Amino acid sequence: MVLLKMKFNQQRRVRLAQGLWLLSWLAVMCGAFIFCLGVYLKTELLRRNEVMENTEIHVVPNILMLVGLASIGTNWVATRVCQDSLDASRFPRWKVLLLAWFVVAALLCCLLLAVVVLSYVLQGRLEESLKVGLRNGIRFYKDTDVPGRCFQKETIDRLQMEFRCCGNNNFKDWFEVQWVSGRFLDYTAQEVKDRIRSNVDGRYLLDGVPFSCCNPASPRPCLQYHLTDNRAHFNYDYLSEDLNLYSRGCRQALTDYYMGLMNSTGPGVLSVILIQISVILSLRYLQTAVEGAMALENPEGDSEGYILEKGVKETFEEVKVKVLTMIKLAQVDPEGVPDEAEAEKAADTAAEKAASPTPAS
Amino acid sequence: MVVMKMKFPFQKRVKLAQGLWLLSWCATVAGATTFTLGCLLKTELRRRAEVMDNTDIHVVPNTLMIVGLASLGINYFASKICQDALDAGRFPRWKNFLKPYFAVSCFFTVLMLLSVIMSYAMKGSLESSLKAGLRNGIRFYKDTDTPGRCFQKQNIDRLQMEFECCGNNDFRDWFEVQWISNRYLDFGSKEVKDRVKSNVDGRYLVDGVPFSCCNPRSPRPCIQYHLTNNSAHYNYDYLTEELNIYLRGCREALVHYYMGLMNTIGAGVLSIFILQGSVLVSLRFLQTAMEAVAGKENTEIETEGYLLEKGVKDTIMEYLDPVLKFFLLKNGGKVEEGAAADKPAAVP
Repeated sequence: MVLLKMKFNQQRRVRLAQGLWLLSWLAVMCGAFIFCLGVYLKTELLRRNEVMENTEIHVVPNILMLVGLASIGTNWVATRVCQDSLDASRFPRWKVLLLAWFVVAALLCCLLLAVVVLSYVLQGRLEESLKVGLRNGIRFYKDTDVPGRCFQKETIDRLQMEFRCCGNNNFKDWFEVQWVSGRFLDYTAQEVKDRIRSNVDGRYLLDGVPFSCCNPASPRPCLQYHLTDNRAHFNYDYLSEDLNLYSRGCRQALTDYYMGLMNSTGPGVLSVILIQISVILSLRYLQTAVEGAMALENPEGDSEGYILEKGVKETFEEVKVKVLTMIKLAQVDPEGVPDEAEAEKAADTAAEKAASPTPAS
Repeated sequence: MVVMKMKFPFQKRVKLAQGLWLLSWCATVAGATTFTLGCLLKTELRRRAEVMDNTDIHVVPNTLMIVGLASLGINYFASKICQDALDAGRFPRWKNFLKPYFAVSCFFTVLMLLSVIMSYAMKGSLESSLKAGLRNGIRFYKDTDTPGRCFQKQNIDRLQMEFECCGNNDFRDWFEVQWISNRYLDFGSKEVKDRVKSNVDGRYLVDGVPFSCCNPRSPRPCIQYHLTNNSAHYNYDYLTEELNIYLRGCREALVHYYMGLMNTIGAGVLSIFILQGSVLVSLRFLQTAMEAVAGKENTEIETEGYLLEKGVKDTIMEYLDPVLKFFLLKNGGKVEEGAAADKPAAVP
């Protein structure tokens, strides 16, 4: 029971080959596009590397780059096959390669699908990574004199200004860490001494935020310090003031940004998958039609093209049997050697037995 | 006195026509590039239109866009002409077209060069426009409740953050204006009353700057207020502190940015100018070489090509004559009327 049989006369075969040649070059461009997409995504992730704790999310752009490169090569091979398909002398050399080609192309489609799924699934991991990275960034904000951490302040400031966010979850995260370095605190001042004594760890905590949290859209000059104290500022109510600082947390802002990036690439990747599948199907039709034509007496006559010679289930069984045979063949040889050795041993024993009675008698 | 005479055997003519065809298509692409560069520059200037007082500088991108569009037309015709050049039957129909064509093409090519020169010459105009615009922006910073000025604060803040600059000339410009709105000043407190009384106009002046002047590279949290008072902050010296706020003025930052942009664009436009000039020169040589062939039986003879039939001065007079005649005719007409009016007056 042949799957999806179609008749192909010579004219149709030629048209199919030409159309497939164009489609394959389009697929090569799509492969290049996927590669560039992967590179772009990787660059964007690397730019904010300092506020990410692990690089698990990097698997998405890595796979995209790999698939892009492989797809360029695969589809280029498809164009060569198309070019040779109508030439009866040159087509047979592709016969062996085509099975491997189909496997590789199908694998690429699966990988692309996996990428789309992964980009949604890994959102949680990305959030976790950002949560830890930002927490460290806020904690080490004041350590501008410690080697290895001296750029944390600038990184966090620029991040908050660019993404219009403040703190990890929100601006209150800044109330829980000492973000003013001890180098700039006058320890003899009463205010400083009070604040340090007010908590167990002896940290200088205040209800203030760095300048990078300030929102330029606010109608009044930015209020950074004494945020929870309504009396410290004229005409100020802490609970109703929403334009003074950025209300969004940086983790939310960054997650939204990266998810938006990956979502916008989703439709592109899906259309590339569709193009690749159509290339695979068309090439299968071309292969079977041309092979059928070459088997005929008149190579320019009508032939049939199909996707699978037998039905899906039968083909699957056939493939399974083939694979098992191959595995068995690999196992039979080591077992065959002990058999032979045993046979030899039996022959030797028999020879010995035959030889031994002679001295007795 | 012919200018730049050159001999052209048949093969050379053919090669010239082919080379010119390719060159004119390259020049068409270059013309499109010029138009795009003009659009780019215009967009960038309009983005910061709120801190510019006048739009004089816009003449540079406008000229580039006009020249780009004209260049598309010029080079399209150039390619058409050299396609017909080697065909003795089709070349003569371009005869009457070529003189005005060269005049117009030379005009636009010179305009291209002028636009590059203008982009350097107008630096002073740009600076004064920015100076006035920024001064107004800083003055109206606090007017977030006045219609028409309510976005000045946001514009100035975002400008200072993006260009890493503070104030007009430098940060001290903020000391001279009241940038905190009265809505947020407690006129009952002594400090406010003192400050307001300390100057003639009754403005609340502080030695402080908005948060957008803060430099993220500073190792310490930003110091915005009491900048000139060393005792107000621990371990702080006003004169040696360099990283706390941006030291560069926004006028200098913006001029630097736009000059850099116009330098890059100018370099590109200069090379396009050279390309366009070479297209016109080659077309002129091709035209004169082919004109010498016209009417001859053997079209494969060697001919001479030249740039100008007469000298430079004579050619200029030749082109300007029709223009001057047009104006003189007007004056000539008036002279005639005057003479006619005089005659009847003289008769009686």
